[in-house]
Amino acid sequence: MSTATLKRGGMDNSTASVAGLLGVFAILSIYIAANAMDRLMGVHATIFLFALAAWLVGIGLWAGKLEGRDPFDETKYEDTLVKFGVFASMFWGIAGLLVGIVIALQLTWPNLFYFEQWGFTNFGRLRPLHTSAVIFAFGGNVLLATSFHVVQRTTRARLFGGMWPWFVFWGYQLFIVLAATGYLMGVTQSKEYAEPEWYADLWLTIVWVTYLIIFLGTLWKRKEPHIYVANWFYLSFIVTIAMLHIVNNLSLPVSLASSKSYQLFSGVQDALTQWWYGHNAVGFFLTTGFLAIMYYYIPKRVNRPVYSYRLSIVHFWSLIFIYIWAGPHHLHYTALPQWAQTLGMTFSIMLWMPSWGGMINGVMTLSGAWDKLRTDPVVRMMVVSLAFYGMSTFEGPLMSVRAVNSLSHYTEWGIGHVHSGALGWVGFISFGALYCLTQWLWKRKSLYSIALVEWHFWLATIGIVFYIVSMWFAGIMEGLMWRAYNEFGFLEYAFVETVEAKHISYIIRMVGGLLYFSGALIMAYNLVRTAMGHERINQPADAPAVSNPPAAASLQPAE
Amino acid sequence: MGLLNNHGVLERHSLILTIAILITVSIGGIIQMAPLFYMENTIEKVEGMRPYTPLEVAGRNIYLREGCYVCHSQMVRPLRDEVERYGHYSLAAESMYDHPFQWGSKRTGPDLARVGGKYSDEWHVDHLIDPRALVPESIMPPYAFLAEKSLDYDNIEADLKALRMVGVPYTDEMIENAKADLVAQVDPEAYFDEQDALTARYTEASGREGTVQIRDFDLDPDRITEMDALVAYLQMTGTLVDFSTYEAEDLMNRR
Amino acid sequence: MYEHLSRFAQTGGLIYFFAIFAVVLVYALWPRNQKRFDEAAQLPLQDREPGDE
Repeated sequence: MSTATLKRGGMDNSTASVAGLLGVFAILSIYIAANAMDRLMGVHATIFLFALAAWLVGIGLWAGKLEGRDPFDETKYEDTLVKFGVFASMFWGIAGLLVGIVIALQLTWPNLFYFEQWGFTNFGRLRPLHTSAVIFAFGGNVLLATSFHVVQRTTRARLFGGMWPWFVFWGYQLFIVLAATGYLMGVTQSKEYAEPEWYADLWLTIVWVTYLIIFLGTLWKRKEPHIYVANWFYLSFIVTIAMLHIVNNLSLPVSLASSKSYQLFSGVQDALTQWWYGHNAVGFFLTTGFLAIMYYYIPKRVNRPVYSYRLSIVHFWSLIFIYIWAGPHHLHYTALPQWAQTLGMTFSIMLWMPSWGGMINGVMTLSGAWDKLRTDPVVRMMVVSLAFYGMSTFEGPLMSVRAVNSLSHYTEWGIGHVHSGALGWVGFISFGALYCLTQWLWKRKSLYSIALVEWHFWLATIGIVFYIVSMWFAGIMEGLMWRAYNEFGFLEYAFVETVEAKHISYIIRMVGGLLYFSGALIMAYNLVRTAMGHERINQPADAPAVSNPPAAASLQPAE
Repeated sequence: MGLLNNHGVLERHSLILTIAILITVSIGGIIQMAPLFYMENTIEKVEGMRPYTPLEVAGRNIYLREGCYVCHSQMVRPLRDEVERYGHYSLAAESMYDHPFQWGSKRTGPDLARVGGKYSDEWHVDHLIDPRALVPESIMPPYAFLAEKSLDYDNIEADLKALRMVGVPYTDEMIENAKADLVAQVDPEAYFDEQDALTARYTEASGREGTVQIRDFDLDPDRITEMDALVAYLQMTGTLVDFSTYEAEDLMNRR
Repeated sequence: MYEHLSRFAQTGGLIYFFAIFAVVLVYALWPRNQKRFDEAAQLPLQDREPGDE
């Protein structure tokens, strides 16, 4: 087959078609750069053009070095791409956490961390940078890497599409660069977690649809009769995010050469659409995607099948069904009609059930191998992520109750809640997967240092506790202060007094963030050393060197 | 097995699985959101709402660009303390021309739905330049650069046109005169008839006197800055609707 | 129209949910599906390459 598909000097069809698509976009961006209506569009079109040019040159150099070798050998897994994904995740994770620390510092010591002459470093521009970097850049790359890994291993087939999976990977990185530079320059739709403007959204749509086709294509050519449940979760994540992304970003550009667009919907309708999107981005990006990780990496790491496959089926369908209704709980007491608020609240409370069903399924997978919690800190990290998942999926329904929400909404409690989910659940399950992937893909007997994983685990756990406890405290305090009355029946506190009262909490939160960040740096060091093939000599005697090593037979010559 | 075997088909055939997922996740959203698109009943009958003037649109775009929404809500909830702190609770009608909406989700700073008219222009300008000069405990970023940056309004007509296409009722006249209206609202040198024409156009749309504020907002008469536009927008927020005509108990306004 | 649709959203949603939930539950607990589930559950544990037979 290799000779049949190789032509044009070593360029196969998929590579040629990717290059063709990039060429079309390069011409388009030259046109837009030349006719840009505003400076920012000009800058973005130029960035885009240079990225595409570099990309095309890269493909050319790569193809030139093939010398007739089939780069997409169907008898092998596409692991190089997953390796790239591991490093991209690490890079964006550290960048996103760093921006988080900067904005935490800004709220704590505004006089020191705002720079009058650098408006682009103001909180309003950096916060979207932080949220997008951790959710879409870090989380997205973890999901890309793990989904490409899991779908191949559970179907026993190489990724579908030859060069196209690489298009998805680099296309996604390009989207991140467009979004991030846009935020700094002030290009934004101002819709939370959907800030990128129309052209970045369109580019992401192309990348995302390609992702879906690759995922489905790989399922179609599978060599196993069944589709493992983790793939259901990945598939629901890919399909639903496509739907949410398209509907929530319906907007009309001022001109094809303008970086500005206006949303199709306004007011109440736009609010409901936005929180239908926002809540389900949590549900389908940050939940089902990472539950897929749980359903593959925990069984694989502890080498036993998932506790109950039946439960996983009930878990899957009830979770995706119920999640989609819960969005209006973000709009309690607003101008949204009350029946819609009540409906959102009801489904939010029901959501507790499937969430905990899934958590129990993941934790109980360890039954009979509980000692791994003690001996393998990677397993411990993934199980603790489920504990945080359980905690935040209990807290979420609680906060969706109207009476509770009247206190918690608009306060730091919400910030604490999302971070117990983000740092505890998404972060820890991702770190677990990254440790596993690095050890497995580079075919190492063990990680470079188990002791450093312990350090990472404890620094990050203490960091999370600092973070969420300080935010609970700050949030409930300010909520109570806002509604406090004095003996004469007047509001007791001016708004700014509640700001002042949170200062200590902000300091503790910032320390928590620093601890979590240092844990991530330790992980990055450990992963790089593992990939390089180093191993510390002083591993503890009970190091999980045998925790599912790759089969000797599958060892391949150096890649 | 019969019908029940269908799910086995689902598991084997990924395309059917995809469609089943798509149906499951889309029906909920459709059932829940469709009613709201039958607008009349979600928007109260009130007087005073009008499309934003070109200067207010430009100011609002700066509000979006700087990410004000990440710290300031524009949604007063019908709770006693909020109504006393910020003013009348927000109506759906008040954000009917907001593409996109700016209700926000976090109050690191106070709600801004009704900040219009609460402080003087001078206060806003000084506060935006250096928040801590006026409120020492504030943690807001400084926006001094807005006062130094000339407002770019070359394409304001195109903005109004795009807004009309998504449903804001700008008239042809409003669009043709967008640039002139923008200048007339802020430039102290502008001719009286241009100011009158601006007031007439937007007063007619509003159905109510006194919703168009004309003055030099940034106290810098030499040029039109981004500060002018932002302060003009802030001073307008929450001032359009005439609450003396709003009857909360009217059946049309129940929700 | 609005009245009809909003009333349907409130009752229809619940009925629809219970219908789906019942179907999924029956399927998951149907005895003859057990073998298929057991096989599928083993998928992550195998360590084979696409080229392996």
